[in-house]
Amino acid sequence: MKLLVCVTQTPETTANISFNADNTEFNTTGVNFIMNPYDEWYALVRALELKETAGGSVTIINVGPTANDTVIRKGLAIGADDAVRINAEPKSSMFVAKQIAEYAKEGNFDMVILGKESIDYNGASVGAMVAEYLDMPFISFGTKMEVAGNTATINRDIEGGEEVVEVATPFVLSAAKGMAEQRIPNMRGIMMAKRKPLNVIEPVAFDDPTAVVSYTLPSAKSAVKMVDPEDMDELVRLLHEEAKII
Amino acid sequence: MVLVYAESPKGQFKKSALEAVTYGKMVADAMGTSCTALVIGNAENAGQLGKYGASKVVQANGAFENFDSQVFATVIANAAKEMGAGVVIVNHSSSGKSLLGRLAVKLDAGSVSGVNSLPTVDGGFKVKKNVFSGKAIAEFEIKTAVKVLSLMGNSFPPAESGADVAVESMDANAPAAKITVKAVQTVDGTVPLPEAELVVSAGRGMKGPENWGIIDELANVVGATTACSRPVADIGWRPHHEHVGQTGVAIRPNLYFAIGISGAIQHLAGVNSSKVIVVINKDPEAPFFKAADYGVCADLFDVVPKLTEAFKKFNAAQ
Repeated sequence: MKLLVCVTQTPETTANISFNADNTEFNTTGVNFIMNPYDEWYALVRALELKETAGGSVTIINVGPTANDTVIRKGLAIGADDAVRINAEPKSSMFVAKQIAEYAKEGNFDMVILGKESIDYNGASVGAMVAEYLDMPFISFGTKMEVAGNTATINRDIEGGEEVVEVATPFVLSAAKGMAEQRIPNMRGIMMAKRKPLNVIEPVAFDDPTAVVSYTLPSAKSAVKMVDPEDMDELVRLLHEEAKII
Repeated sequence: MVLVYAESPKGQFKKSALEAVTYGKMVADAMGTSCTALVIGNAENAGQLGKYGASKVVQANGAFENFDSQVFATVIANAAKEMGAGVVIVNHSSSGKSLLGRLAVKLDAGSVSGVNSLPTVDGGFKVKKNVFSGKAIAEFEIKTAVKVLSLMGNSFPPAESGADVAVESMDANAPAAKITVKAVQTVDGTVPLPEAELVVSAGRGMKGPENWGIIDELANVVGATTACSRPVADIGWRPHHEHVGQTGVAIRPNLYFAIGISGAIQHLAGVNSSKVIVVINKDPEAPFFKAADYGVCADLFDVVPKLTEAFKKFNAAQ
């Protein structure tokens, strides 16, 4: 199995979110960046498990500047064989998808796997775009995958339940919780990662079809109103008359 | 023209489909154009979409029982091209999310997923969505001629603005599906979490799965869907599909009861867009109180049955 895992870099979950003075750019000062957890815990680890049982290779691809190399090396330390970084600032999901697809179409990959969404822009868009560029089936929100020969059986989350689908390779898969368990890189992996290939490729020309014009922070919640535990009628009254929600 | 794909799983429109048509009509009004609804496969009374603002309803007939984004996106893109749609709208649902990206590529369109406000159209097409798991809002400009949007659930309630219209048929010209659906398991009888307006959610404070009766009863009386926190799903007290939070389902109901949930940042990321949050926790330091509108600091095993009784009284008085 030849597997391509798309990873993106995101601010860590607990990062303080702020913007520059005119609210047009995310303020990265003091922000720790991590590999998008869905890409790392579920997409990458499931790809490594497949390689361990069926053989093959796992390549990581990231679209980003030099600063992303730390996160890419972590992926190599967890166990990927090699990595590719498309040397460009990722400014729209379609730009990223186009770059991934351009690389993937030459690579003869059996599967392209990525996390269900990034935790910064929460777009959940790139997987479907890559699949469309490559004219491949796309299975989203996979929580479990069994592979026999070139056929995969995948459980995927749908509203209020799940669906089990069967699909032949090649395909694109987005991975959600359940697909695999997080792996912590060990010292040997970290040492080996330094010697694994990280190829830097220049992007193909592509105009961003979208751009962020401005950011705002949600209006601050007013302080919580505490209700007497002995008076639940009062809580129901507040929900009805004040919040007007019931 | 604004084209809305109205999902009809098992031949039925859910509230989300009506929301999408309502939103499509509002976008069309802002742009000074009309809204057309596209239905793929079976749908009971597709003409009713006219009531929610579609001036035209087009139905692609064929065998579309199972969802394959390649098939559905081809049908929608063909319709969009044929009708000259300037904006294509889908739901931000499990299927809509996998259609948006394909439609963007097929139509050379810029896309914004999970929008929750009306676009502004003077001086560029701009629309907002939540980013950083609800910790900020970003306004995007779409610079292409055709735009694709997916609408976040519970952002625009279905609103009737017209009357039923006649349904036109369309040749689907769909490719064969490459994905075979082997089984579908959904919980019947309750509103799925992403669509639920009222949610009763409980966590580790429940002490064990055998204690969930009081949660089910409260949810029943309120007419709410039940949910849970991650630890509770992980240890198997509750089914996986009930897990809300960053790694589970992200929801934005009108009312969210958090019972015996401390409020870790990963949990809040999935529920902080709820319109009203009620937190019941015996720990006054529980971080969830900071994100709550109403709080009750007490033992949930005392409070929840009392709250259920209060709701019963309220329901009887209505």
